[in-house]
Amino acid sequence: MSNILSALPQVLVDGLTLGAIYAVVALGYTMVYGILELINFAHGEIFMSGAFIGTGLLLSLGVFGIAMPAWITLILILLLTALLTGLLGIGIERLAYRPLRKAPRLIPLISAIGISFILQDLVRFFAEFKTGNYIVTGTTLFEGKVTIPFSSIIGTFHNATIKNNTLILIGITIIIMILLDIFVNRTKWGTAMRAVAQDQETAALMSINVNKVISLTFFIGSAIGGATGFLFAQQYATIDPYIGFILGLKAFTAAVLGGIGNIRGAMFGGLILGVLEVFAAANLSTITGGVIGSEYKDVFAFTILILVLIFKPEGLFGKSVKEKV
Amino acid sequence: MEMSKWSVMMKDSPKMQLSMLLLFILASSASVYFLERSVTAFLLLLGSLLLLHYTSLSNRLKWIISLLLLVVIIPFATSGGTSQQDYMEVAVQTGIYIAMALGLNIVVGFAGLLDLGFVAFFAIGAYTYGIFASPQAAQLFHSDFFPLAGTWFWPFIIIGGLMAALFGILLGIPVLRVKGDYLAIVTLGFGEIIRIVFNNMDKPVNITNGAQGLSQINQPEIFGFTFSLASQFYFIVIAILLIVIIAVRRLEDSKLGRSWKAIREDEIAAQAMGIPLVKTKLWAFALGASFSGMMGVVFSAKNMFVDPSSFTLIESITILVMVILGGMGSVPGVILGATIISVLNLQILTEVTNFLTQNFSISDTLSPMKMQRLIFGVVLVLIAIYRPKGLITAKPKKVDPGKLIDQPTTDK
Amino acid sequence: MRKVFLIGLSLSLLSISAIGCSNNSSGNVIKVATQSPLSGNQATVGEAIKNGAQLAIDDHVEAFKKLGFDLKLAPYDDQADPKKGVANAQSIGADPSILGVVGHYNSGVAIPSATTYQKNKLVMVSPANTAVELTESGNKSVHRIVARDDVQGSADANYATNKLHAKNIFIIQDKTAYGQGISSKFQKQAEANGAKIAGNEGITSGEKDFSGVLNQVAAAKPDFIFYGGIYSEFGILVKQAREKGITVPMMGGDGVDSSDMYTIAGDAIKDVYYSTTAADVSNTTEGKKWAEKYKAKFNKEPQSYAYYGYDAMNVLLKGLEDAIKKNGNKKPNREQVLDAVHAIKDYQGIATKVSFDDKGDNDFAKIFIHKFENKQYPGPLVGEEGKQ
Repeated sequence: MSNILSALPQVLVDGLTLGAIYAVVALGYTMVYGILELINFAHGEIFMSGAFIGTGLLLSLGVFGIAMPAWITLILILLLTALLTGLLGIGIERLAYRPLRKAPRLIPLISAIGISFILQDLVRFFAEFKTGNYIVTGTTLFEGKVTIPFSSIIGTFHNATIKNNTLILIGITIIIMILLDIFVNRTKWGTAMRAVAQDQETAALMSINVNKVISLTFFIGSAIGGATGFLFAQQYATIDPYIGFILGLKAFTAAVLGGIGNIRGAMFGGLILGVLEVFAAANLSTITGGVIGSEYKDVFAFTILILVLIFKPEGLFGKSVKEKV
Repeated sequence: MEMSKWSVMMKDSPKMQLSMLLLFILASSASVYFLERSVTAFLLLLGSLLLLHYTSLSNRLKWIISLLLLVVIIPFATSGGTSQQDYMEVAVQTGIYIAMALGLNIVVGFAGLLDLGFVAFFAIGAYTYGIFASPQAAQLFHSDFFPLAGTWFWPFIIIGGLMAALFGILLGIPVLRVKGDYLAIVTLGFGEIIRIVFNNMDKPVNITNGAQGLSQINQPEIFGFTFSLASQFYFIVIAILLIVIIAVRRLEDSKLGRSWKAIREDEIAAQAMGIPLVKTKLWAFALGASFSGMMGVVFSAKNMFVDPSSFTLIESITILVMVILGGMGSVPGVILGATIISVLNLQILTEVTNFLTQNFSISDTLSPMKMQRLIFGVVLVLIAIYRPKGLITAKPKKVDPGKLIDQPTTDK
Repeated sequence: MRKVFLIGLSLSLLSISAIGCSNNSSGNVIKVATQSPLSGNQATVGEAIKNGAQLAIDDHVEAFKKLGFDLKLAPYDDQADPKKGVANAQSIGADPSILGVVGHYNSGVAIPSATTYQKNKLVMVSPANTAVELTESGNKSVHRIVARDDVQGSADANYATNKLHAKNIFIIQDKTAYGQGISSKFQKQAEANGAKIAGNEGITSGEKDFSGVLNQVAAAKPDFIFYGGIYSEFGILVKQAREKGITVPMMGGDGVDSSDMYTIAGDAIKDVYYSTTAADVSNTTEGKKWAEKYKAKFNKEPQSYAYYGYDAMNVLLKGLEDAIKKNGNKKPNREQVLDAVHAIKDYQGIATKVSFDDKGDNDFAKIFIHKFENKQYPGPLVGEEGKQ
């Protein structure tokens, strides 16, 4: 048991890193769901495309011999990736979701799964075409790591190390979340988004251009998803075209955990899921005396999700809605 | 002018249709019989079932013809060339998927409950038979009674179905409090949990043999005859499939079936009409799961091997796609959808890629074998956009209103 | 609209399949199939096997033409999926011009597919499957030129405990049939050699963040880490372990034998060992020549499974030639080919010598232990062990 406690700082740091990624990706799911009531299955693949676009940009900077301070490179690539994946998101919405707005509820889900497969294969094709292998390893912009002396605070804790990259990842995701929160709650467009989410028809009557708002939602969700993809590539260096599916699923779980449609809920849901997952992987076999090992970490995460949904179906932070008859 | 006259004639005369259909069956089965390994001919032969669906023949005649086709003509026609097992393998796997899709159709199509973890029930059926009919059980129970002989396969079809139904209910009781997309994500989680648990139940007690999977599963046996070839399994699959189809058809218009549809359309209104929500939904889960479980037993007996990698999320999604492609709630549609997807997956894509790689030297990156996902994806998007209600839309049974009023009231 | 759509759909299906059906089999075509994953996560290795086999076929086309046969390769994609493997096996069995199979990569696919080969009396020569069970189930069709998991696992454990003096070992595995198999063999031998097992934990393949398990490793303070699984995860695992300050030696089985380890793990790859069943032939003159030929044809460096693919196909073709000669230069049936391949003794391949024993295992199969060092691939050889 003392092991669990002393490793806790490192587990928290690792869990928050993973959780931050889940949280930002979850935002994309929750925004789209809030407006269209659609599980945008392709969002995980947009995240993956972002990882490849960003890494591709970074590698081609190297090829052309353009040298810039790492900070500028990072910001430049993040913005470019966000722009490109944002446009990708708009394109997908136009092509695969807009024609289906009046279709039965499950149909857009099918086209989302279709888009998801298409993106996976296209990215695989380009990666393989360029590098001969679809598993791509990029260069890292920021090396080095920092040690946080938890042990000097409480004796039983061990110190935790954190990579510079990770600090940047957490920093940027926090900035993204704060900006998004301000955008949705304080600006005119944000108000329009919330209005459309609440009632499309009434919003249209209030002279809100519903189509434009939906496009904007897709743009923002996809842009931050894609940018996170690049941060993910920086954090783990190695990416493949299939990273988006599992991660997207977990991010969606996070969105549900926090109450789908609720932006702040998605953020907390992501962080909670990340910490839970790393905690389970690190400690399950210590707790159960080796009967259940870290391979059960996803079972653990899903079980908690199911429990939350059964006892608090609206999610941890969602408002319980009385069904209208 | 000529054309339209012709088509009017076709539409009005069942006799014309019948003779055309028979001609078509004759031609396609002859070409399957005489041509060496012709996928086209085989598809045309399967297509005759679809044509049959669109004729205006009486239901009884349709049943007779399709039974003849499935039990006599198709097995006979494919036995001509050397590719019999090849065709039959495709037919068997398609049959397995059809049954699963019909099961999922009850849950998604009839009752409107989105289930993304449906393959878990298939896994439960497969493992139920796999554990007891392989050396695994002997090692687990330290008993010479196991592994069970192939004759046990027959009761195990029922046992596998019951086990799956049991799990369907166990899952359903807590989960059915959850609604809509939440239900989708919970069932998805359940599917993953089952797979991961099967993958890891080799310790502390070795129940499923973990990722190594169960091998040397006994094949079905009856009166000393062992089923081992795909062409023999074909008849088992057809028999189960017929039972499933008849069951689904009868369920569809039963009181239970109408309750499902009422819940799908409006849960609150359905409840207000006195339909017990939980019980009705549980029936949908249990029945849908049991079809899947039965085919799981067949699957493990046919492959003589089960491992957890056959039960991934992609499988669940594929089955869902079959249902939606065919038309949610429409039995003939779901059969068509399952057939198209599995034939596309198993035969057409493989054939095209084999053809291309063997005859042209194309770059490996470009090989369509690798593009399977892309092709699959494009098909899905096109279907969703141009045919959202599925290939064969579900038609609610029409009831003559006059009859309803005339019926004498039996109450009091 | 509905009619038009249906007609369009069926037409397009038909036209696609129409190309696919012209598999004519004139009497003098002999095909040998390969089955390996050509799509999905393990496509790189699967392709290497196929390409190696392709080169062997190319080498023999002329000789077979003289005998009056048209030799062809029929590559199949098993997608690393047992279902697909079995379906392909049925297809292969149904094509009378196919007289043998080189495959598979995944033991989980090979075991069920092999029962189908047996039904069709087709010979299978495996370039890569190491699962013990494959040749232990009494299947006559199965042959392999590589060493088995039990040999490999215990060779790895012997090296760890005897040469690297490991006493407290942590095992991580990817929970696949391969990873579970090799790590359990490793654990058994390591325990027999007196080492303590600090933990045996699973990861999920396809994931990129292994910090959870690594935190557990850090807490257990082992002096050695063994990994049962594939390179794509091991590379990341090595990298993340080193980042966390876990500096103890790490080792993997033949699944991690890939030059991609250097690209993925980068500079973190220190004190990392791997075992393989193929001799390092990149330095022999013959091996170099072959590698150049491979590169010229496929524009890629050969992975080590390319050599296995080449050798496995060559062994099969040797058996095929023997069978043709024995049959009076007529096309032999499958059983004759199977018997001829089974009888092969002392065949000198490019990577290994081959003599099949009764079960179909190779008497000359050896385990070689290498170290990843100086971005050199294959890394320097540090140990070897033969069949027990």
